[in-house]
Amino acid sequence: MRRLLIISLLTFLVLGHAQAAEAKTLRMAYDSDPTSLDPHEQLSGATLQLSHLLFDPLVRFRQDLTIEPRLAKSFEKIDERTTRFHLREGVKFQSGRTLSAEDVVWTFNRLKQSPDFKALFEPFSEARAVDGLTVDLVTKGPYPLVLNLATYIFPMDREFYAGVDERGRPKDAIVKSGSSFASSHASGTGPFIVTEREQGVRLELKRFADYWDKASPGNVDEIVFTPIKEPATRVAALLAGDVDFIAPVPPTDLARVKEASCCTLITMPSTRVLTFELNQERVPAFKDPRVRLAMSYAVNREGIAEKILRGSATAASELSPPGYAGYDPALVPRYDLAKAKALMQEAGYGDGFSVTMMAPNNRYIEDARIAEAVAAMLAKINIKVDLQTMPKAQYWQRFDERAADIMMIGWQSDTQDSANFYEFLAMTPDKATGYGQYNAGNYSNPEVDRLTLETQSMADPKARAEVLKKIERILYDDAALLPLHWQHLSWAARKNVRIDKVVNVIDMPYLGDLVIE
Amino acid sequence: MRAIAAGLAFLGKRLTQAMLVMLAILVIAFAVRTALGDPLREIMGEAVPESEREHLRHELGLDQPWPVQFVGYLGGAVSGDLGTSMIYKRPTLEVVLAKFPASFELVLSASLIVLLLSVPAGVYCAVRPRALGAKLILGFSVLGISIPVFLTGIFLITIFSVWLGVLPAFGRGETVRLGFWETGFLTLDGLKHLILPALTLSSIMLPLFIRLVRGAMLDELGHDYVRTARAKGASPLRVWFAHALRNALLPLVAVGGLQIGTLIAYTLLTETVFQWPGMGFLFLEAVTRADIPLITTYLVFVGLLFVITNTIVDIVSLMLDPRISLEGTR
Repeated sequence: MRRLLIISLLTFLVLGHAQAAEAKTLRMAYDSDPTSLDPHEQLSGATLQLSHLLFDPLVRFRQDLTIEPRLAKSFEKIDERTTRFHLREGVKFQSGRTLSAEDVVWTFNRLKQSPDFKALFEPFSEARAVDGLTVDLVTKGPYPLVLNLATYIFPMDREFYAGVDERGRPKDAIVKSGSSFASSHASGTGPFIVTEREQGVRLELKRFADYWDKASPGNVDEIVFTPIKEPATRVAALLAGDVDFIAPVPPTDLARVKEASCCTLITMPSTRVLTFELNQERVPAFKDPRVRLAMSYAVNREGIAEKILRGSATAASELSPPGYAGYDPALVPRYDLAKAKALMQEAGYGDGFSVTMMAPNNRYIEDARIAEAVAAMLAKINIKVDLQTMPKAQYWQRFDERAADIMMIGWQSDTQDSANFYEFLAMTPDKATGYGQYNAGNYSNPEVDRLTLETQSMADPKARAEVLKKIERILYDDAALLPLHWQHLSWAARKNVRIDKVVNVIDMPYLGDLVIE
Repeated sequence: MRAIAAGLAFLGKRLTQAMLVMLAILVIAFAVRTALGDPLREIMGEAVPESEREHLRHELGLDQPWPVQFVGYLGGAVSGDLGTSMIYKRPTLEVVLAKFPASFELVLSASLIVLLLSVPAGVYCAVRPRALGAKLILGFSVLGISIPVFLTGIFLITIFSVWLGVLPAFGRGETVRLGFWETGFLTLDGLKHLILPALTLSSIMLPLFIRLVRGAMLDELGHDYVRTARAKGASPLRVWFAHALRNALLPLVAVGGLQIGTLIAYTLLTETVFQWPGMGFLFLEAVTRADIPLITTYLVFVGLLFVITNTIVDIVSLMLDPRISLEGTR
């Protein structure tokens, strides 16, 4: 009897020990730090990345951009304006409460109040709780992107955020500048809970014991995030083994990380396109499509992607990246210097002209060097470019002023859909509707405007894709903008960290599912 | 009695000076506000409609002309409110003060390294100017002065973290909290994290100080009193360190005080390379993200630091040289 007791005790100890040794900690270094724990405060990559850890969306994108059910186990279209979501049963919030349809409605209403998110949810009229576990999302008219937008609905614990904090302010207030309850406290249904946070220095998370997704292969118990701003240091920290996972990897270090035996490097094209806009209001010559085409033919996009970005970009001549409905593989990047010169002659600008160009120098990967290269390429068709680069803090003011003839902009679609590119970059600028907000070229084509608006209410995905492709073709033939490439994303990790399964083109690593071997 | 009065007058003068410096910094900071960039761009998503941005701009009073904002700021400053950081969402003074210990410990360690290495090296180069060692030291210091601090940092990280794996590449490591002061001096991990950044930062000053010590010592060694001391039979070590060095220190302290400013400036680069959570790193972040209230507070605070260090330098010179008196500084 006694012997049995000892043996069982020993077994228990050994097993217990083995379990303790299993506790996995991920140390991750990234370039920017989310300023808040409130998922509705700022529409930014950092906020969304964090939201996927502390919260869970109704649905999310898989690696191939198809939709995967999360808190909603299924969804169906009830009529042309209503989509019904069936929630999983027994999903726990980190506060211990159980998720219900009311929480989803509450979260939806809060999104409609958020200065950053309300424009995205403009097509929606309301969210309705049908019963405890069923929610209807109702749109104002037929709207094709309901599911894409549902990836932004990270249900928040409505009772946790109810009432007022110690300073008497409502806990659910969205405060853009200054502190708030929601910016420093969170209760979601996500895989991780914040245990410690010192903004800009470290963020520590531990796994939420009652996380609903028991099928997730993820085995990370603890995450320590450290922002490391300086790219060279970030890479060194990974190579030295001080951290397990870094993002992004600067182009200059890609080869070095790839060759290192300690680490795995993953790169993939992102959905962000980098383009120049040619201001037709400031430069009459840009009104002539032949001039714009000539400029398009003069720029060696492959050369920029290879030489300046060291392969970490895919040359582009359209806005929609592969995987998007509007993407058309037939629209190949142009490059033909002789043709460019001929077009300039034909347009009557054989002797060229002088223009100004502005680009940021710390916003996009190698932005300033790309601008320099394009300026040099345009010089070959006698367009003399006076280039000015500046930090992003100053750049956006100048961009809003349309302060140069040619301006650089990178864009990714918040809806993961092509139409967003056209709405912001290609439609005729209109202060009242907000369309063309980033169309610094002042390109205006009634056909593009009409077709883009048409796609907003097309329910048939196939017919809609045809229209999107048509718009893309018009922009290409017109050389409305001067797209250069889609930037690549890059992540690197120690060999035992299986990041290949959790990274994706939208740059939202799902760390809840991460496996450390 | 006269000494106390002089002391008070001295401090009063310094206090006024500090106020003037800070006021001047403020006026400049406010006048260039709009050129620093648009903070709203950093706290709002890109696709946010212009109207939302305008709304928030108005709410924060950023649409007012700078003199109006300035007066509002002074009003707040009187009651100790120096504004709220856009990115940290806390009072700017609190944010800057929380980062002060990290920078202070880094600057202190770098200064100690400079002091401990430059004095013996400089004296050696002065007393044995033709020795191979002296030539090596001087040659090395030329090299040190011509390598940018950023490269020095990356170089050290590559050697000691990536290749040898003995020292950590970034951060401050484990710290201990003593009241409001968070120190890295009391843990082994904290000290390990301190070595590379402190070496990097000291590399700016070390060559300069070796040359300074050497020059000042050479000067002193040519004086009659040195020869007299030697003639009396005093040991060379005693002559060098007790007599000549003491007199050579005076210009060193004066120059050293001025160089503290350079050191603070170089914390910007050093802290960025090592992700050192100090004020320099904070400032660069504030500049990139156009956090105007934070930039303003940092500048005012650093202005104050300058006045304080200069005051300390004056007092130290006073103690070293009986010929200078408080009355004389008025």
